[in-house]
Amino acid sequence: MIRRVGTITFLLILLLVPLLPPFYLTMGSYIGLYSMVAIGMVLLTGVAGLTSFGQAAFMGLGAYTSALLTTHLAWSPWLTLLIAVALTMLIAFILGAITLRMGGHYLPLATIAWGISLYFLFGTIPLLGGSTGISDVAALRLFGWELRDERVYYYLIWAVCLAALWISTNLLDSREGRAIRALKGGVSMVEAFGASGLRLKNIVFIYSAVLACLAGWLYAHMQRFVNPSPFGLNQGIEFLFMITIGGPFSFWGALTGATVITLLKTVLQGILPKLISQSGNFEIIVFGVMIVIVLQWMRGGIWALVEKLLPPKEHRPVISSSHLETRTQPPHGTPLLKVEAVTKAYGGLIAVKNMSFEVSSGEIVGLIGPNGAGKSTMFNLISGEIPRTAGSVHFGSHTISGLPPAQIARRGLSRTFQHVRLIPGMTTLENVMIGAYLRTGDGIIAAGLKLNRASDDRVRAEAAKQLRRVGLEESMFVPAGSLSLGNQRIVEIARALCADPLLLLLDEPAAGLRHLEKKELARLLSDLRKEGLSVLIVEHDMDFLMNLVDRIVVMEFGEKLAEGLPQEIRSNPAVLEAYLGGV
Amino acid sequence: MDFSILLILSQDAVTNSAIYALLAMALILVFGVTRVVFIPQGEFVSYGALTIASLQLGAIPGTVWLLIILACLAAVMETARLLSSGAGRQLPKALVVTLGPPLAIAALVKLCAPLHLPLGWQVLLTMLIVIPMGPLIYRVAFRPLADASPLVLLIAAVAVHFVLVGLGLLFFGAEGVRTPPFSDAQLTIGTLAVSGQSLCVYATSFLFLALLAWFFNKTLYGKALRAVAFNRNGARLVGISPHLSGTVTFALASFIGCLSGILIGPITTIYYDSGFLIGLKGFVGAIVGGLASYPLAAAGALMVGFSESFSSFWLSGYKDVVVFTMIIPVLLWRSLSSVHYEEEE
Repeated sequence: MIRRVGTITFLLILLLVPLLPPFYLTMGSYIGLYSMVAIGMVLLTGVAGLTSFGQAAFMGLGAYTSALLTTHLAWSPWLTLLIAVALTMLIAFILGAITLRMGGHYLPLATIAWGISLYFLFGTIPLLGGSTGISDVAALRLFGWELRDERVYYYLIWAVCLAALWISTNLLDSREGRAIRALKGGVSMVEAFGASGLRLKNIVFIYSAVLACLAGWLYAHMQRFVNPSPFGLNQGIEFLFMITIGGPFSFWGALTGATVITLLKTVLQGILPKLISQSGNFEIIVFGVMIVIVLQWMRGGIWALVEKLLPPKEHRPVISSSHLETRTQPPHGTPLLKVEAVTKAYGGLIAVKNMSFEVSSGEIVGLIGPNGAGKSTMFNLISGEIPRTAGSVHFGSHTISGLPPAQIARRGLSRTFQHVRLIPGMTTLENVMIGAYLRTGDGIIAAGLKLNRASDDRVRAEAAKQLRRVGLEESMFVPAGSLSLGNQRIVEIARALCADPLLLLLDEPAAGLRHLEKKELARLLSDLRKEGLSVLIVEHDMDFLMNLVDRIVVMEFGEKLAEGLPQEIRSNPAVLEAYLGGV
Repeated sequence: MDFSILLILSQDAVTNSAIYALLAMALILVFGVTRVVFIPQGEFVSYGALTIASLQLGAIPGTVWLLIILACLAAVMETARLLSSGAGRQLPKALVVTLGPPLAIAALVKLCAPLHLPLGWQVLLTMLIVIPMGPLIYRVAFRPLADASPLVLLIAAVAVHFVLVGLGLLFFGAEGVRTPPFSDAQLTIGTLAVSGQSLCVYATSFLFLALLAWFFNKTLYGKALRAVAFNRNGARLVGISPHLSGTVTFALASFIGCLSGILIGPITTIYYDSGFLIGLKGFVGAIVGGLASYPLAAAGALMVGFSESFSSFWLSGYKDVVVFTMIIPVLLWRSLSSVHYEEEE
């Protein structure tokens, strides 16, 4: 309720700004333009954990492309908008493709360099008018009507900005959006469920660049002239400051930050030079100090303080049945996973040596061994997270060794992580929904325009069903980070089940669980077996495994020590030797 | 282009490369030890050049005020930290350590500035003013963020860059300075005339690079810093204090920056914001080294120096465009040659 009142008040204020003197109208237009760029920055920095200093350069690219083509070739601004956006997407794609594979600091460094290069190019290329720029840029025409009135233009800017806000919000509440929100925790989790981290990062970067380009295009046709100075590196840095101060984790933080910084800058530019009796952009000192303080004391920015005062968001109800397509489990006893002579060497150290074993459909196999035996390495070799040195892994009729994790996930393997990888700030339900990434095909555009509702509701229902199955239904809407470690492991299983796997790979699922919880888990796993699902468990709790699994494979020093039925393993002298140090 | 122009351009290139190589070392060091992408590195260069220029005019450089402000801020933060952790008894010692040296330096500068001391003393005074800023900036801006993600540290670094550039303008104004060369000697080899200043740059940076190599390979502190850069948690477990290593690293960074500023002052006009671009060119060099390898970074610095020098001959207006666009193929090469790895927040 309060949230709705707040939104309506905000829209009313936006609507009424043109009644104020022209100065405030101009400020309002600028805030709208900067908010657009800042929304992209929130997505890039606050949500996906990447950052760019080149947003002002993308703005400049939009502005200059349109200014040049409309003045020199008299093309329509609407055509030049398409060209500018295409150019921006191409450049953002190249920058992203080159840097995003490497560490997170390469994108900001590359965008600094690109921002500086472009700024100097704007100032040097004679065709672009050097430092004086290009004047007499055409006004926008809409249905034969020229948008020269500043008030009309203000509404246009805010219409675009609010559309960007709406699309971005929708995007995050979708299949791809949830995967994007998971990127900050590292890409291996989303890749285990079939998403490509690199692709998602690139999409986010291109999207934010396009928003900046759009703002630049609007800017050029608002000012009707362009020059290099608003597109320099300092402006690029200010966009980062906007979201840091406003709140990097929420799109409303982008709007807050754009407003605060724009107004503050105007005020400071009026006061400071008089105070110091010297001219210059001294507001950067104040901004810098503010940022350091915000980072040290309130990393959520201003919006996090507002968010604390607001009642929690209401959750969309879950529909009753999911109707997602499910795989048919192969008949009981058919060979499913076949590990053949797999070896993994790190330099001279051989972590896994010549391992071979099989898992048949409908059985639970335990992979055990003392600490450091190479169990988790073996596990990651199967899931594709680390490349093998030799040997092969087959799954059904496919050879999966050598495939990336996302491709392996596509074949019907689903896993949990030894070190829990949930996104603490997302609800338990949303975390589980990530598991169903491959089960619907909604794209970015459908998500942005909210055309994905029906299939997304089915995924919600499916995730709720899996949470019910593991007994955590009542925690559906709490942040996953607030659950106990034991329950977080269970949520990981629910997420893996949400992918509708043929084979479930569990990495130490019982670690950190209390006795009763372990019993519950064992019951759940045997229920799954009854439904025909196959499970491979890496574990070192022998008691937990003994009454649950059909067969056990024992590893020691990277090699297979024994294999057999639980009771055979229990009395195997070599195993007793390895575990108890001799009898 | 004839041979003599080639020689002149190459000489220019080597001189600048030497400076970029020094800065690249500092950047790699700071990144390795503290995970800070230290954007403000170049500000120490401007501060070094502008401070010595002030001293040569017999004036008290504005940077002294910055030193005092930083020391006071650090003292306040240290007091708050000690009081809140119930270690109030250590307060007097901490205050003396934090405030004492900067105030003593300020007094010394006040005393010596009007005396028009010989060059050597001016260099020493400049270093005394600028070097403590490194550790103080670490204390005030970065140490409280020691556990934050690299992204947060990067934002903080950019914020510090803004503050330092703004203050540079406040203290020194928009006028550029060019300090007189250290020596007027000219060394003539065939058709090539090498200025004494260039020789100074070569000798100093070579000496300094050698010193750094010795420091990292032979001394315990140097080895400790390398250990931190290699594995922070591991280093902490064997008793290397992350705060001490941060402090030492930032001191080295401000030292290298200040030294570069003093060296480059007679070669090119330095404005309050010139250091930033110089520092970024150091970054291009450091990126060639993957922000990790010192020899590759030195090679990268040479590449930057040469492409800058030769493009200023062929495409004078596009000198900086060439240097900064070069980062794209460099990154492409690194992206293709390096193994994919992942970092978590």
